[in-house]
Amino acid sequence: MVQQVQDAHPEDAIARRLRDLGFVPGETVRLVARGPFGGDPLLVQVGFTRFALRRNEAQRVSVEQEAAA
Amino acid sequence: MSTEALRIALVGNPNCGKTALFNLLTGSHQKVANYAGVTVERKEGRVHAPSGRQFHLLDLPGTYSFDATSPDEMITRDVCQGRYPGEAAPDLIVCVADATNLRLHLRFVLEVARLGRPVVLALNMMDAARRHGIKIDVEALSQRLGMPVVQTIAVRRGGAAALVAHLDDYAPAEAPQVDVDPGADIHAQVRELLAATVQMPAKRLRLDDVIDRWALHPVIGLGILAALMFLIFQAVFSWAEPIMDSIGAGVAWAGHWTTQALPAGSALRSLINDGIFAGLGTVLTFLPQILILFLFILVLEESGYLPRAAFLLDRMMFKAGLTGRAFIPLLSSFACAIPGIMATRSISDPRDRLTTILVAPLMTCSARLPVYTLLIAAFIPRRDVWGIFNLQGIVLFVLYFAGILSALAVAFVMKRLRRDKSEHALLMELPAYRLPNPRDVLYGLWLRVKIFMKRVGGIILTLTVLLWFLSSFPGPPAGATGPAIDYSLAGRIGHWLHYVFAPIGFNWQISVALIPGMAAREVAVSALGTVYALSGTDDVVASHLGPMIAHQWSLATALSLLAWYVFAPQCMSTLAVIRRETNSWRNVVIAAGYLFALAYVASLLTFQIARLFT
Repeated sequence: MVQQVQDAHPEDAIARRLRDLGFVPGETVRLVARGPFGGDPLLVQVGFTRFALRRNEAQRVSVEQEAAA
Repeated sequence: MSTEALRIALVGNPNCGKTALFNLLTGSHQKVANYAGVTVERKEGRVHAPSGRQFHLLDLPGTYSFDATSPDEMITRDVCQGRYPGEAAPDLIVCVADATNLRLHLRFVLEVARLGRPVVLALNMMDAARRHGIKIDVEALSQRLGMPVVQTIAVRRGGAAALVAHLDDYAPAEAPQVDVDPGADIHAQVRELLAATVQMPAKRLRLDDVIDRWALHPVIGLGILAALMFLIFQAVFSWAEPIMDSIGAGVAWAGHWTTQALPAGSALRSLINDGIFAGLGTVLTFLPQILILFLFILVLEESGYLPRAAFLLDRMMFKAGLTGRAFIPLLSSFACAIPGIMATRSISDPRDRLTTILVAPLMTCSARLPVYTLLIAAFIPRRDVWGIFNLQGIVLFVLYFAGILSALAVAFVMKRLRRDKSEHALLMELPAYRLPNPRDVLYGLWLRVKIFMKRVGGIILTLTVLLWFLSSFPGPPAGATGPAIDYSLAGRIGHWLHYVFAPIGFNWQISVALIPGMAAREVAVSALGTVYALSGTDDVVASHLGPMIAHQWSLATALSLLAWYVFAPQCMSTLAVIRRETNSWRNVVIAAGYLFALAYVASLLTFQIARLFT
């Protein structure tokens, strides 16, 4: 469950885009896969869409663990 | 107003099928594939409705939001807001949304609705939505959105009938009835809409998840990727050979048949035999290989696998300082650097975009394939390695890999040079897998045949004939003993250039062939065909060039020429596109300069080292 998306710096275009893509408070996200080298990038599913995010992008999204369904 | 055709724009999220819909509506054949960011330009077409009414249709690059972050998204934003230079805002916006992915796409639909212009929503991929068990109450959705909603299946013939019928009945007087409060939270609205109008199936394991579990697995996924690439290079060699041989034989026969009536030793006979058949025929034999390469590229593009490959390799690109978005442009560059460089428009950061443009020519484009395979077939023995691989295929794989590695290295150096600390965003959507449509793949191949034949009949023919003239005139003085070409203009130029190229092992024939090869890479092959045909006494035609050079060149020379072709910017059109896309001659000079320098150094090293061992 997404808590919020933080701006890493003012006018953070990446954070804004993340919110546009559906990373908004209350939305459920699921980690689908990790990249082969150092676990980067991450594959995150939000709704029915899967996005590849590099770790520094994903760090902007703070989440809280949900009970495993 | 009534005489003017209604102007309609297609907008929507990336990869929702706007261009497929555009093709279906206008009967055109714009490129479509299964990944985000295929369309980076605005394209225009005409729609003829059954009533005879005509519409002016505009296809726009996909975007997630009007809050544009890259050049292609800005085009869409500007057109929709009526700020695009020289163009009024469209009379009607057809907002295309993927029915299987409404959670994401409806957000943009609402953003479009807020423009306050007439909007129609086209729910695309309705077939896939039904298959997934997604039920959409179209009536209710239309009512709540305050805009007409039609269902479409862009990949099926007649799949846009509902949209056409709607457009046909459309009266420009219809005022936008969009009832959205600009202050409200757009995501909350989407959720509310979804809850009221869409029935999602119970969660189950989808086929995509199963495939992705293997395809994206850290070890198995990389193994699949490597195996796939290997298969492609093996196939280029082993499948194409029988067809190539018959094309070579056909050209030889045609050359013999057309010229037998002409008097031996006449200039016309020489032009046709040595110029056209020896030159063009040699290039022509490589068509099957190019088609096999494209068969794989097209199938991979349609399937949705490419973004997965980007996901697996992203870490390497990140280390080199490239954005993950650079993967698709670089991959397109394997076909040709020109669409690759155009595709960089989907990269938001201007410096990232420039880096990608500058390294794109290092990706092995299909025009290099004739040069590579000519040399490999002539010099590398057909030997099995570990029982399953063919040594020739391995060498080809290595050449492609050398291009990729050097692109990464160059990107890394560029990043160091400008001490770049900016962030490189990836944010890439992984589309659902799709079975490639055989009709689209066949059409794509046919397009390739046409492009190739146009090149052969156009630039390659022109340069080959020109080279024949330069290589035949002036004629040798009376009493000369050597081949006539030694005394010709091209022969002399070749001998001068030889001083520059001797350290890297090129003989004067290669040096001559490199000049017309500047215009297009394959021309070097046809030029070699012509030059050798003129320096020999026999009628050398297409199928003989390989054995001929295998006999005359050392292995070191052949390897050095291969190394040259990995780097050398032997393509005027690429340089012209760099100029157009970056709007600066400086970047063209940088690109050409560093590529030539790399080519010379790489060939020098290859030649000198290879000489030590042979």
